[in-house]
Amino acid sequence: MPKDSGIGASPKRREDIRFLTGTGNYTDDININGQTYAWFIRSDVAHGTINSIDASAAEAMEGVLKVFTSADFAEAGGIPCGWEVTDRHGQPMQEPKHPILAEGKVRHVGDPIAVVVAETLEQARDAAEAVEIDIDELEAVIDMKAAVAEGATKVHDDLTSNLCYDWGFVEENREAVDEAIKSAAHVTTLELVNNRVVANPMEPRVAVGDYNRAGDEHTLYTTSQNPHVIRLLMGAFVLSIPEHKLRVVAPDVGGGFGAKIYHYAEEAFVTYAAKVLNRPVKWTSSRSEAFISDAHGRDHVTKIELAMDENHKFTAVRTDTYANMGAYLSTFAPSVPTWLHGTLMAGNYITPLIYVNVKAVFTNTVPVDAYRGAGRPEATFQLERVIDKAARELGMDPVELRRKNFIQPDQFPYDTPVAVTYDTGNYDATMDKALEVADYAGFEARRAESEARGKLRGIGVAHYIEACGIAPSNLVGQLGARAGLYESATVRVNATGSISVFTGSHSHGQGHETTFAQVVSEMIGVDASQIDIVHGDTSKVPMGMGTYGSRSIAVGGSAMVRATEKIINKAKKIAAHLMEASEADIELKDGAFSVAGTDKSVAWGDVTLAAYVPHNYPLEDIEPGLEESAFYDPANFTYPSGAYICELEVDPETGVIDMLNFTAADDFGNVINPMIVEGQVHGGLAQGIGQALMEACIYDENGQLLSGSFMDYTMPRADDMPMMNVDHSCQTPCTHNPLGVKGCGEAGAIGSPPAVVNAVIDALHRAGHKVEHIDMPVSPARVWKAMHG
Amino acid sequence: MTKVTMTINGKPRSGEAEGRTLLASFLREELGLTGTHVGCDTSQCGACVVHVDGKAVKSCTMFALEADGAQVDTIEGQADADGTLNSLQQAFQDYHGLQCGFCTPGMVMSAAALLKDNPKPSEAEIRHYLEGNICRCTGYHNIVRAILAASGQDVPAVAAE
Amino acid sequence: MYNFEFVKPSTVEEAAAALQGEGAQALGGGQTLLPTMKQRLASPETLVSLTGVEGMVGISAGDGTVTVGGATTHAQVASEAASAYPALAALAGQIGDPAVRNRGTIGGSLANNDPAACYPSAALGSGASISTNKRNIAADDYFQGMFETALDEDEIVTSVSFPVPEAASYQKFLQPASRFALTGVFVAKFPGGVRVAVTGASNNGVFRWTEAEEALSKEFRADALMDLRINHLNMISDLHGSQEYRAHLVGVMTRRAVDAAG
Repeated sequence: MPKDSGIGASPKRREDIRFLTGTGNYTDDININGQTYAWFIRSDVAHGTINSIDASAAEAMEGVLKVFTSADFAEAGGIPCGWEVTDRHGQPMQEPKHPILAEGKVRHVGDPIAVVVAETLEQARDAAEAVEIDIDELEAVIDMKAAVAEGATKVHDDLTSNLCYDWGFVEENREAVDEAIKSAAHVTTLELVNNRVVANPMEPRVAVGDYNRAGDEHTLYTTSQNPHVIRLLMGAFVLSIPEHKLRVVAPDVGGGFGAKIYHYAEEAFVTYAAKVLNRPVKWTSSRSEAFISDAHGRDHVTKIELAMDENHKFTAVRTDTYANMGAYLSTFAPSVPTWLHGTLMAGNYITPLIYVNVKAVFTNTVPVDAYRGAGRPEATFQLERVIDKAARELGMDPVELRRKNFIQPDQFPYDTPVAVTYDTGNYDATMDKALEVADYAGFEARRAESEARGKLRGIGVAHYIEACGIAPSNLVGQLGARAGLYESATVRVNATGSISVFTGSHSHGQGHETTFAQVVSEMIGVDASQIDIVHGDTSKVPMGMGTYGSRSIAVGGSAMVRATEKIINKAKKIAAHLMEASEADIELKDGAFSVAGTDKSVAWGDVTLAAYVPHNYPLEDIEPGLEESAFYDPANFTYPSGAYICELEVDPETGVIDMLNFTAADDFGNVINPMIVEGQVHGGLAQGIGQALMEACIYDENGQLLSGSFMDYTMPRADDMPMMNVDHSCQTPCTHNPLGVKGCGEAGAIGSPPAVVNAVIDALHRAGHKVEHIDMPVSPARVWKAMHG
Repeated sequence: MTKVTMTINGKPRSGEAEGRTLLASFLREELGLTGTHVGCDTSQCGACVVHVDGKAVKSCTMFALEADGAQVDTIEGQADADGTLNSLQQAFQDYHGLQCGFCTPGMVMSAAALLKDNPKPSEAEIRHYLEGNICRCTGYHNIVRAILAASGQDVPAVAAE
Repeated sequence: MYNFEFVKPSTVEEAAAALQGEGAQALGGGQTLLPTMKQRLASPETLVSLTGVEGMVGISAGDGTVTVGGATTHAQVASEAASAYPALAALAGQIGDPAVRNRGTIGGSLANNDPAACYPSAALGSGASISTNKRNIAADDYFQGMFETALDEDEIVTSVSFPVPEAASYQKFLQPASRFALTGVFVAKFPGGVRVAVTGASNNGVFRWTEAEEALSKEFRADALMDLRINHLNMISDLHGSQEYRAHLVGVMTRRAVDAAG
């Protein structure tokens, strides 16, 4: 019998009621009395020198309160970067200033130059057309390899070049890896592009700034995955507002996928302008504006070499990657191609020697930062593509080559040569499960049936590993993080026994209000309806690092467990007192405390009432009240893994790909809510399949974004997706967090792109087309070109 | 400014609109019906879908003045007066057909229009009909299942090959 | 967007008079015009809504012709023309998405003449007659290049008359983001010959592929096209497909249209 509540059950989501009835509270739904509207004037050239800005005519127009330029922010700091990478020579990365509004130069199409604030949005927009801006256009730096060539135009004049850093990992292995590749029995080489994509959560970004003169208090309402991080970065580094005078609220947020992690200029602008004008200021992004102001994702150009011995055992991996940073360093940008990428280059395999080189490059494009998976998809894509190519070169089944090199269950904990220790896993188990669910053995019959209809059928396999539950603070601190990556929770039990959980994790689609309540309900034995999960407001939640890197349940959930354990311990003391028993004999079951071996018991509500009405209470031992906080900082990352299989058909006449079947067999450790976990995988798969087949963020040589709206950037639609077979029955629980959970948010986006591309290449090879690789997105036009030259 | 009157979710509502006021803006800002969302500016995403005189339209691609005198139905009017979800809304909850909730109002209104025209749509018909509604969270899998369920059909755990 | 005056005339004459005004523009369903105005790429001073004009909505069939009122939506054509002219109805049912089809009109589409729109291929492929408040214009004279038509500024498409062919089909290869046609081909077989109209592919907008028409007029079979290649040099090249790919798709879609027309 499946459970109907608590851990492992799939209760319906409580947050759905407001979303299904139109009563959610998204940032753009917030309107404050006296609100004004900001319109950002953005650069329409990729690179240029600003000669002059004349806003006098605009400021005289009806409804205009003020036109802001960089001169208004002379006292403010730049938008900070939260991670410092040290290069292979021990030098810190080059870190340019990222001003709120452009100072002297514009560096990408969309770079904000000035902002008009007016009584209405249309007045602001009308006035924006009257702001005269004189810009001398400069040569745009777009191609990464050209950007780091001798004599290239510089994106930032005060840096020595466009190279942010040249990172080597593990640098000490560099020569040994070179040697191993030279002496290998077989080396497979692949050059590939991990295409630039745009996260495109359906809710565009919004920021509303408010200021209370009486208390000198600032409030920012923003579409963020981590309001406390915004409070820290904006308060401490940009606007010099102490935390106790700055409240950041991220209410219902319509998806994030990474793009809403970062601190953006618009947030600092509305916060600051609200004080200057003493009026609330609202900015709502349009979708077209989002394309040129939200951080983009991926954008790596890579060459990978895989060396094997005569028994097809991997001996070494060497990769060289150019990673696009865009024009400025977004909040976590430097960490993505390095610590979130290089550390995963062992994949699920025993590879004794690995060397990863990454050159991070400034270009005149929108900043690039983490997008669902962040670094790990790029690592997985290279590795799982080159293994497929190697299998083909060796005449082996790609599944067998993987199995031959898998880390075996008895080898955990397993230290990789790229500095991480996998705690648990069983990769043959996930592979077996995926092969079974996808009916891998029956493929040939299906292929023959497709062939009879004139279609080319292919099957592609990939196995991924990711490092999730992004933490621990002491480790990431050594790696350059400028923040801790713990999570906090406060559990407040009210006198009548109802519970408010304040978590630093933020839900923007993940359903925390449901799953987190399931955990506390299971631990205490009270009905989940008595438990509220509160998140997204720095004035309510003491501290939080937010939601990204599939970390909410593994880190935020663990903090909540720790705080709940403290609650239970204290409640047991109270119960022991009430029942005149020894604390050691108190048991908590189904919401009641009992004394072991007796029929004495007190209800949860009696204990909680005693905590707040302490007439009969051990006041000499413990304080009244029942509220506990915990900060949880895990000892290691978690390591979800899984096997993905894609089956598709290619139309040889047009190159059109019909996605027939997608199977995912994931090991997420323990699962709190299977329904929600499956939903997370579905969504991740759609984003991975989207990246693989249709999503392309394309700049021309002048730095104009050609795919700058939904008219040209292809979002996956319902009829692009197959029904998906999602299995999470293979479970090797995480060994170092109290719930044994690993995290599930990003897996789908990590494992699916190589499975899709492997399937396309498989289909073409089976039909006699010796195509080794097609870069993503594998569009019909690219497939057709690959087939017909 | 022009006075505009519509029957919204069965009740007469009036407000002021300029020529350029979009129906979506009129609903959200003039009438405070913020359940209708705006997710793009090129008429692709469908988060703003409402029904005008019984037909699904993108309220971001229609002027408020064009809807003067019309019957308009929005997400706010779908549940019963006591808050009970209608069968389609309930199916979305039962089958986890939403995550962040932002596309959901348009998705529900489009699905309602589909079921009015085609009470027992196939999986392929559902997928095709939703081409004007973009969801970034669900991969559409559970949206399709929810609509199948709402139409009283068996819901496959996965696709039948 | 820029503000404008909204007028909603009830007769063609009133509408035409309103369009005489400085900066006046007709508004059909607005499915292309509104996004353009949001980007401030169009700035009409007056928008003349045609949706309330009497006699401009509806579909009638007779004498081998289907006539569609200029303000008739794509959704209406998709459902109401299905028996009289199935290929036309099928084309209308592939424009945009369901919500767009509930607003967008045939007159609006033809007046705009987007090079990737579907309707121009049906009009040209059927040899339709485009009726305005002033005259009737043969489709062969109407389309004059990308976004260019024979219409005067104050001219309104009041109806479009399609001769119904013996067999016809529209085959659309989607531009996957916009849902316009990356390449769409409308093939229509009449007693006097075959017409083939191609949209989405050419820098000059919709055009007739005369070589294919000649070959198909001799023999209405997809195989009759096997040796034909269309020159790619005037094709559109963009991030969704090269000139060569579009030229190739013209061939594939034409053959598929012939097969589907039967």
